[in-house]
Amino acid sequence: MDEALKTELSKQGIFTTSLQELYNWGRRSSLWPLNFGLACCAIEMIATTMARYDLARFGAEVFRPSPRQADLMIVAGTITKKMAPQVVRLYNQMPEPKYVISMGACAISGGPFKQGYNVLKGIDRYIPVDIYIPGCPPRPEALIDGFMALQRKIDAQQLTGETRPRHLNAAEPSEFIVPKFGAHDLEPSQNPDTWHPPLVNITLAENDESGIA
Amino acid sequence: MGANSYLPIVVLLLGAIGFAVAPLALAWIWAKKFSPAKPGPDKNAIYECGLEAKGDAWVPFKPGYYLYAIIFLVFDVEVVFLLPFATEFTKFSAGDCLAMLVFLFLLVAGLAWAWQKNVLTWT
Repeated sequence: MDEALKTELSKQGIFTTSLQELYNWGRRSSLWPLNFGLACCAIEMIATTMARYDLARFGAEVFRPSPRQADLMIVAGTITKKMAPQVVRLYNQMPEPKYVISMGACAISGGPFKQGYNVLKGIDRYIPVDIYIPGCPPRPEALIDGFMALQRKIDAQQLTGETRPRHLNAAEPSEFIVPKFGAHDLEPSQNPDTWHPPLVNITLAENDESGIA
Repeated sequence: MGANSYLPIVVLLLGAIGFAVAPLALAWIWAKKFSPAKPGPDKNAIYECGLEAKGDAWVPFKPGYYLYAIIFLVFDVEVVFLLPFATEFTKFSAGDCLAMLVFLFLLVAGLAWAWQKNVLTWT
């Protein structure tokens, strides 16, 4: 529908919408996060839901204790390699459409523990992340900002066409590889279909093509 | 009057059913049109804690507690009934006495059975 006509009609008191807008509005206004926290970021996440910051204003106060009822996973905290398979499995068990917010430095990249042997260097190695919120830990305002960014992202999604989101595309998988404990590390150490690290143009002495240190 | 007096109820009933069924039907039609079903082994798993379920839920486990229940019954019920027996002991007729003894015998039989099963020994 023509935008100008729409504004004109709304001035006359006639509200027009499309199925897509209605659908996106419904989805973004009732995102139910999964009730789980991994480390100190979870404390900030809890604070966000409480009266002072009041995430309920955005329709996301219903933290569900079961992945079957949740459609937003807030990965709040350090993902140890012991916990990574469980996180991926929980994500797999969530019904579509599902979104992931990677909250804090640890969930993004491993954060201060990046050089450690037992911490996963970012959850985006295994599951697709929609919003990254930097911080250690991010303040509740930052989480709300990230949440609103996710709402804008959902608002802009198309129901049909090539650019439609993953859950509307039958060819896209809904389950991702759950890593297993290997002899030295998680196997696989990342999901190549999901993880696309930005390649940095660094001249490496050993001609390492990956660009990943 | 007659059958017509029930007409409002029928209308309300239809409205109520429609109210319940319409959202489900709309959701079903929506899913058919836009949202493809994506089942998978993880998603269909019964356990939803992030951990994998191990083994079978139908495992036999030892119901050892019934022994404690029997011993409790033997001693507790015995005490509860022995006190009134003791206060009324001299006024019993022969029939009462027999009934009391049968009752006591049943309880003592339970005790003997437990003793013979080595339940009374502390392990």
